[in-house]
Amino acid sequence: MKYLDEYRDPELAQRLFDQIRRLTTRPWALMEVCGGQTHSIIRNGIDQLLPPEIELIHGPGCPVCVTPLAIIDKALAIAATPGVIFCSFGDMLRVPGSGKDLFRVKSEGGDVRIVYSPLDAVKLAQQNPGREVVFFGIGFETTAPANAMALFQARNLGLRNFSMLASHVLVPPAISALMESPTNRVQAFLAAGHVCSVMGTWQYSPLVEKYRVPIVVTGFEPLDVLEGIRRAVTQLEQGRAELENAYPRAVRPEGNQPAQQMLADVFEVTDRAWRGIGTIPQSGWRLSEKYREFDAESRFAVADIHTAESPLCHSGEVLQGLLKPNQCPAFGKQCTPRNPLGATMVSSEGACAAYYQYGRFIRPEEVGVALR
Amino acid sequence: MCLGIPGRIMEIYDMNGARMGKVDFNGIEKEVCLAYLPDIAVGDYTIVHVGFAITRLDEQSALETLELFHNLGLLDEELNASAETLP
Ligand code: SF4
Repeated sequence: MKYLDEYRDPELAQRLFDQIRRLTTRPWALMEVCGGQTHSIIRNGIDQLLPPEIELIHGPGCPVCVTPLAIIDKALAIAATPGVIFCSFGDMLRVPGSGKDLFRVKSEGGDVRIVYSPLDAVKLAQQNPGREVVFFGIGFETTAPANAMALFQARNLGLRNFSMLASHVLVPPAISALMESPTNRVQAFLAAGHVCSVMGTWQYSPLVEKYRVPIVVTGFEPLDVLEGIRRAVTQLEQGRAELENAYPRAVRPEGNQPAQQMLADVFEVTDRAWRGIGTIPQSGWRLSEKYREFDAESRFAVADIHTAESPLCHSGEVLQGLLKPNQCPAFGKQCTPRNPLGATMVSSEGACAAYYQYGRFIRPEEVGVALR
Repeated sequence: MCLGIPGRIMEIYDMNGARMGKVDFNGIEKEVCLAYLPDIAVGDYTIVHVGFAITRLDEQSALETLELFHNLGLLDEELNASAETLP
């Protein structure tokens, strides 16, 4: 398929690996921000084929994983409300709240439906005027334009039975938070390509300057990821810190302007709690004043939410790159994709699930021991 | 979640005032919202995420990136080769 197969070519991948090996003279820690990239890296074994000096830290860029527990618990409460049709992207259904997940609510009689596009939820609201239709609006800047369009259409259609439980997160404030953390080890970032397709690259120049950290906008196919790594390592080796775009076929500096205009109309910036990480100032979007009537959190007064995270789960450290998934004592034992204890085991883009799916049960430092 | 799939615009039409289209993903056609790409035309390639076309794929940059990959390391190989042939 055009624009896919060319970027999976093993021979060219070998060239990129060789080049990276030639470049690398000392240890470097790079973070791939996006969960889609984590998935691609683990599936293709890129982390294992890189020179040992290069460590990839898996970033918090999986919206399913960072949606706060309190919001999941609110989703569970709303979905269990009689008369509600609760619509969500499929990956959210197995995310553990305090005690259960949306699948359980569904099996207990809740009307929970998986939608492919947020517009499907608007359609459901049109077709079911007697029911309250609630859409679980999560995601990074890539997904937000789709969710915004659902709100725009609902407002235009005058739908009174549509609302959104919104929990959007933003990449640049997360990069700031990581760089300012006293435990930070990240020396360069591979920025999430499709986030930049929407938002452009201009938001990242101030971060590069402030933290003197290389940021390379990177795509998702194996060659794209390798090219991002090659450029980041080149900068580090040369002592440069610049913003580079390694994914120009899909990312323009100005991004998608019509989408940005819609986002500015429908959403406004707010502080947001990230699961496993904590609150990051100005790191999310909520509905703007103009759209506040569609806010499910105020339409359904879900009181008395007591949240409780599994005491066994270390996903917070995994999300900050302090722990590899297979270093968590529960990994593959009490915690599996069928019975996840934390959100990073749920989505295929969560680091724990990616490690499990591709059989990374042995820790990198144990590989040598196992071979001896 | 942020994964997007490349596809080719086959048809563009209006639905409830929104710009929509049919996009071909390697033989599978799906309905996609094109509202955020007012200039995209039939035959163009795009990246689709949760039913929305978010960006146009630029043929020229795509070719340049591939060419860069093809040329990677060639210079070093030539240098090595000439170094080996030195007396
Ligand atoms: S393996 Fe499971 S318990 Fe451990 S950090 Fe990952 S999600 Fe949490």
